[in-house]
Amino acid sequence: MTATSPTDVPAPDLATEGSEWLTRIARSAEAVVIPLIAMVSAAVLFSIFLLFLGKSPVEFFNLLWVGGYGSAFSWTNTLVRAGPLIFTALCVAIPARLGIVVIGGEGALVLGGFTAAAIAIPFLGWGAPWLIQAVMFVTAAAVGAAWIGFVGVLRHYRGVNETIASLLLFYIAVAIMNFFVEGALRDPGNPNKPSTPAIGDANMVGDIPGTDIHWGLVFAIVLAIAVWVLMNRTRFGFAARITGGNVRAARAQGLPVGRLVVVSCAIAGACAGLAGFFEVAAIQGRANASLAAGYGFTGILVAFLARQNPLAIIPVAIFLGGIAAAGGLVQRRMGMPDATVQVLQGLMFVVLLVSETLYGRLPFFRGKR
Amino acid sequence: MSAALDTTTEARAHRAVSLETIGMTKRFGSLTALEDVSIKVEAGTVHALLGENGAGKSTLVKCIMGFYQPTSGTVLVDDHEVGIRNPRDAHAHGIGMVYQHFTLVPSLTAAENLVISRAHPPAVIDWRKEMRGLDEFLSRMPFKVPLDVPVSSLSAGEKQKLEILKQLYLDQHFLILDEPTSVLTPGEADEVLGLLRGMTRTGDLTILMITHKFREVTEYTDAFTVLRRGKMAGAGKVGAVSVDEMSKMMIGDATIREGAARTPMHDQPVVFEVAGLFADGDEGLPAVEAVNLKVHAGEIVGVAGVSGNGQSELVEVLSGQRDASDGRLFIHNKPFVPNRDHMDRYKVFGLQEEPLRNAAVPRMTVGENISFRIFDKPPITTLGWWLSPGPMRARARELIASYRVKTPSTEELMENLSGGNVQRAVLARELSSQVDVLIVANPCFGLDFASVAEIRAQIMEQRNRGAAVLLFSEDLDEILELADTIAVMSGGRIDYVVPAAEADRTSIGRAMAGH
Ligand SMILES: Nc1ncnc2c1ncn2[C@@H]1O[C@H](COP(=O)(O)OP(=O)(O)OP(=O)(O)O)[C@@H](O)[C@H]1O
Ligand SMILES: [Mg+2]
Repeated sequence: MTATSPTDVPAPDLATEGSEWLTRIARSAEAVVIPLIAMVSAAVLFSIFLLFLGKSPVEFFNLLWVGGYGSAFSWTNTLVRAGPLIFTALCVAIPARLGIVVIGGEGALVLGGFTAAAIAIPFLGWGAPWLIQAVMFVTAAAVGAAWIGFVGVLRHYRGVNETIASLLLFYIAVAIMNFFVEGALRDPGNPNKPSTPAIGDANMVGDIPGTDIHWGLVFAIVLAIAVWVLMNRTRFGFAARITGGNVRAARAQGLPVGRLVVVSCAIAGACAGLAGFFEVAAIQGRANASLAAGYGFTGILVAFLARQNPLAIIPVAIFLGGIAAAGGLVQRRMGMPDATVQVLQGLMFVVLLVSETLYGRLPFFRGKR
Repeated sequence: MSAALDTTTEARAHRAVSLETIGMTKRFGSLTALEDVSIKVEAGTVHALLGENGAGKSTLVKCIMGFYQPTSGTVLVDDHEVGIRNPRDAHAHGIGMVYQHFTLVPSLTAAENLVISRAHPPAVIDWRKEMRGLDEFLSRMPFKVPLDVPVSSLSAGEKQKLEILKQLYLDQHFLILDEPTSVLTPGEADEVLGLLRGMTRTGDLTILMITHKFREVTEYTDAFTVLRRGKMAGAGKVGAVSVDEMSKMMIGDATIREGAARTPMHDQPVVFEVAGLFADGDEGLPAVEAVNLKVHAGEIVGVAGVSGNGQSELVEVLSGQRDASDGRLFIHNKPFVPNRDHMDRYKVFGLQEEPLRNAAVPRMTVGENISFRIFDKPPITTLGWWLSPGPMRARARELIASYRVKTPSTEELMENLSGGNVQRAVLARELSSQVDVLIVANPCFGLDFASVAEIRAQIMEQRNRGAAVLLFSEDLDEILELADTIAVMSGGRIDYVVPAAEADRTSIGRAMAGH
């Protein structure tokens, strides 16, 4: 601007580097404090629920702690569960940046895991382990990508609600797997539980040296960091955030909204597909109905609790992995049904959704709004 | 019998309340948006609240409404202190507000919007009874709005009238209007303000109105208060104080920018061409029909028209927000598609109306919003992909400073800027590089008078530099001031195009009415 503007602003009001930091810190603090408040409230509500059942909340939370984080053994259990939770949470968090709510990551997990197991069959017996693993890996990622990418296509080009579409596609994914696992691809050597043939111990993904935790966890953490970089430090991520924040503005900027939606969904699906790959190639060795163990759904909770931030997903997945790992112990020691932990998770989710309304209202942060 | 009548008429007659704020202060973090502001609005008057963009006008009225909690300060209604913690409390005291942005539910009809806006709508709504009540209410009201069509298909003017009707329906007798006329044509503004003023005269209503238009202040208000950088800068009776003095109170001794002179242009080539364009509106009905336009280099083509005649849809097509059903666009005789590649190649820039809805992401930072045009190019993006926030913030700081966007930092969320500063931030983004084609719609909505002069001068400068400018405006004065060629849009068509030198208001007015 060349001419003198009449609206000259006094210096303290102008943008300065110092106040930028303060603003950013205040905003991130809020994003940490509010979910924490939500979790504490959920714990209190759950305690009341336990008291009604005549159980001791103290014992329950103590067992949660012991079962999740109390020993090297429980840490192993926790971390093995954290891996798939990271993958499936990423499947929620990436589309969320575009304002798209995908809840059917479980479908991509199931189908990715199943196709990985299926594609390995012709290689069994002659293929090198690295080759088999690579083929399985790529297949799981590609099938997951196609599966959730299709949700993006439906959403963008046909206006189909992605939340419902992805959920329905989950049931279809399970049906497809069952169709093959109980039919053409059924392993005759496994009469009890319909499964694909085992890929064999030699072809399995190994453990991190010195632990009983497979490499999936490491891979998941690296992927979460990569996704964070993609969303926050690349032009793709920036364009995705514009689109998620205001589609009309994104269009007016000439951004390829449809492509952004589909590509983001595909990346998300690839993440969930990889969860399936590691479940098959590192844990089960074959595909069967137990692939649909609910990681995809718990992943939704992880992503929301992490406020769709890929880096925050890592600790949150470990947190919820711990609760899941402690489930068995709680069940045995307190004589409570398996679903107890799910009740806790459900409660956490509800309280979390309610806590969304707190943003901008806490007295402490209120100054900034 | 006369006693009963008396009490009702008396209750009616004294419904308007007075309102006073004492020592209002509001801080947002380190930013003091309001400092010790005391204003007094007498019962049964129209009171204007003036001040430049970001002066704190909206903040003050939001504090009165309980939308924000003031850091300190009190509100008196009819000389009694009232504690207002949220808008519902304000409603209980008879204070209602029409916000700077629409708050109606677009998919519901006007009638539905009115009924659900009540503090305690019935759980089961007896529509027959409600409609009768509404008809009765409307028959008492000075202006009308169609009740049974979805709000989304109302024009901006009708929406604004509905917002005001809603407050009257809720039986508020102190009405706060935040820039109520920015979306109205001068004719509509006169109608609405005239009628509201009538209601204050009969003692039914008190009005506190934020406006940037001196014409409205002198014609329709009784008293005014000026805010400047969050502080009270003056107050007085309209008529006793000249417009010059008022503007001095608003901006101090700073000078207003002179309008840029129009450089004569001869035999310039056609740069931007719209050929046989058709487009449908949201309801699937034709909104733009067979529009042809040519814009030469160094020419401003001003498209006038009453809002709702297809201008929004046309702007949306030109800026890539809506698909055309037929027709083509050309720049330098080459087909133009409003995607990012073409926009960059042909240096096409634009500003749609309602920037928070069309041109900005409210929940991204000011720095990010200012970078929308350049985030994918060096120096912000390097190696084709890698985005560096450092250069982005540095560039944003430059633009914030040179366009005087009032924000505490580049990291403030766009939605926290004042209405006029959102507009400035977007303009900074769209006008700061070399522009060959500029498509702007109502660029001066919500800007204070000094900024209006500034922005108009900049548009003229772009033209003088050789840009082809297509200016959509509902403000005929703006078009007459800026345009080289005037086109009138009516019923989705543009059938009337004249050189500005030959245009007169009567024939433009006739064309706007579709004759
Ligand atoms: N929620 C908020 N958070 C942080 N800062 C805010 C918030 N709301 C307003 N501000 C700041 O307070 C100042 C005053 O804003 P306000 O909206 O009251 O201005 P205004 O006088 O209404 O201007 P305009 O004419 O542009 O609408 C601005 O600098 C604005 O950035
Ligand atoms: Mg304002």
